[in-house]
Amino acid sequence: MKKLISKILNNDAFGNTLASLISIFLGLIVGLVVMVIFNRAGAWPGFLVMLQGGFSDGARGIGQVLYYTTPLILVGLAVGFSFQTGLFNIGVIGQFTIAAYVAIIIGGKLSMPASIHWIVALIGASLAGVIWAAVPGLLKAYFRVSEIISCIMMNYIALYLVNQLVHDTHYESTTAMSAYVKKTALMPKMGLDTIFPGSTVNSGLFIAIIMAILVYILLYKTSFGYSLRCCGLNRDASKYAGINETRNIIIVMLISGFIAGLAGGILYLSAITKNYKISELFINEPGYSIPVALLGMSHPIGIIFSSLFIAYIIVGGSLMQGYGFPVETVGIITAVLIYFSAFSLIFKNKVNKFALQFSYKESQKTDSFKNE
Amino acid sequence: MDTITFIFHQMLNFSIPLLIVALGGMFSSRCGIINIGLDGIMIIGALASFMFIRYAEGYISSQTLLLLAILVSIVSGMIFSLLHAFASINLKANQIISGQALNMIAPAFSVFVARLFIGDSIISFKNTFMIEEIPFLSQIPVLGDLLFKNIYLTTYLGLLVLWASHFVLYKTRFGLRLRACGEYPQAPDSVGIDVQKIRYIGVLISGGLSGLGGLVFVLPNSTNFNGTVSGYGFLALAVMILGQWQPSKIFFASLFFGTLKTMSAIYSGIPFFNTLGIPGNYYKLMPYLITVIVLILGPKSLAGPKAEGLPFEKGMS
Repeated sequence: MKKLISKILNNDAFGNTLASLISIFLGLIVGLVVMVIFNRAGAWPGFLVMLQGGFSDGARGIGQVLYYTTPLILVGLAVGFSFQTGLFNIGVIGQFTIAAYVAIIIGGKLSMPASIHWIVALIGASLAGVIWAAVPGLLKAYFRVSEIISCIMMNYIALYLVNQLVHDTHYESTTAMSAYVKKTALMPKMGLDTIFPGSTVNSGLFIAIIMAILVYILLYKTSFGYSLRCCGLNRDASKYAGINETRNIIIVMLISGFIAGLAGGILYLSAITKNYKISELFINEPGYSIPVALLGMSHPIGIIFSSLFIAYIIVGGSLMQGYGFPVETVGIITAVLIYFSAFSLIFKNKVNKFALQFSYKESQKTDSFKNE
Repeated sequence: MDTITFIFHQMLNFSIPLLIVALGGMFSSRCGIINIGLDGIMIIGALASFMFIRYAEGYISSQTLLLLAILVSIVSGMIFSLLHAFASINLKANQIISGQALNMIAPAFSVFVARLFIGDSIISFKNTFMIEEIPFLSQIPVLGDLLFKNIYLTTYLGLLVLWASHFVLYKTRFGLRLRACGEYPQAPDSVGIDVQKIRYIGVLISGGLSGLGGLVFVLPNSTNFNGTVSGYGFLALAVMILGQWQPSKIFFASLFFGTLKTMSAIYSGIPFFNTLGIPGNYYKLMPYLITVIVLILGPKSLAGPKAEGLPFEKGMS
């Protein structure tokens, strides 16, 4: 029994999960404290409603949680994948925005049969993401420009460019949003609408999960993925080992941009009511990419679960308005989560230290038994 | 002449906050801590000072009120930046993530506070802070119109901050130590300088200046604060890089970006630009595009302080 415990404690995945759970716990506690400070009476019931999340609304609620999960998995993957290889693709927002525009244009302007229209739109969207991510990738590989800075710049370029392009090419002036995409371009439901009636969940969910599995296989089951992770762990050592770093940087950014573009395409092809709003602010969804990736410890499978969690409290948070709390409360909680997940490495080290001490004590005990 | 004066004032209104925040970012970078949370700190500074203005307006004269609000913005920015300092200096956390966390907390927190205290996500205020005319100085031909009429106290403050930054960074012992901590922290450590303390001060200066920048940005450009500073913190990062982490170059970079920003705001009112028919969004994205181009073509000195972003462990070689 004790042996089993020490085995579990020493497991890397266990340490990662525990560190994420600590971040989540601290984030929720700080959120609750903020709520208590501003509205003592409504804080506890409001908090409970948030924790109930999607479950308070039956099958439709669960469907909505899955709908929000879909883009979060993909944007989280895009960031997490780049993390694992030692890069930081903070430009997911820009790649997502550009891809959303391309998806809307292909879906709204071109006419095609239903079976291929959405596929063409999705491919176009992901290619747009690839192109947008190529710029910081090439700059990093050939000019040693920090990908963080160039990604931030590319984000703003995408924001203003798409605002203008939507306005010029596919605009509905009554709503100040992009015009509708055609029905043929919408993501197929694949039976999800019968399981979760009334919700907008669609086959994008399957695509997201398949992408997560593909990224997992690429990173952990191929030698190319191993070389990518080596670059993430120690750049100099991998260079010494003969790994082509320049090539890796570019490929990683392209794949990351591809996944981010896919997310933008899927979200804006998910329902006829989902239109691009012209605004000086960035789209919400890719903003969650960093918390999702961090909570999931950048592991593809972990990211599926962390997306589910974030989507779950987003849906729960929107129900909190009934108790006098603005929707922004969820924003505060997730932001606090990221802040704590910045320390997740410290939590993880603490867990590992504890695990080592535990197994050390155990081994001493068994040794003393043997001596007797 | 009136048009030119108007454009010039607009340009100052956009450039001065960029200047202040970019100088703040410079202090943080030069001591070795990368602070991409400037945008969030600006929002918190603006939030605190406009809440203060809203509750205190009417009780004191407007220039005193503005001075106090400036103080509030600096202090609130410093307090908020402590989060980043603690995470990146004490806990050696990833500085990008902790900075980004500040950027995400701030807008949500700002709207949350505004909704709860005011019942609306927008904090409006009466703008009574413009100085119409400074006696004697406003009589100087040309310059009088440009610099001493219809101007805000905060504009002069920006120029003061510029001078002070240059002085502190290059003419004081503290400035030398700060720069050493950003380039090669082992060196100051070996002669008994507390690197962690210097870095704390660097981040606090960046927090104070960014908080101030938030107030300075919203004040002349609007009559309300709605929980965003339109990505000005990120633009300030670009200004800092283009300015190669040096106060004087940052000054010119901020003027340049301020001009582009002005174009995007007023192009439709000026016949020449209006006939060109270039939509405002293209002027808006221009500063970012130019930064990317400069990063590609620019000199190698755009690499930044050597130890930026690296945690420092005392006593390690």
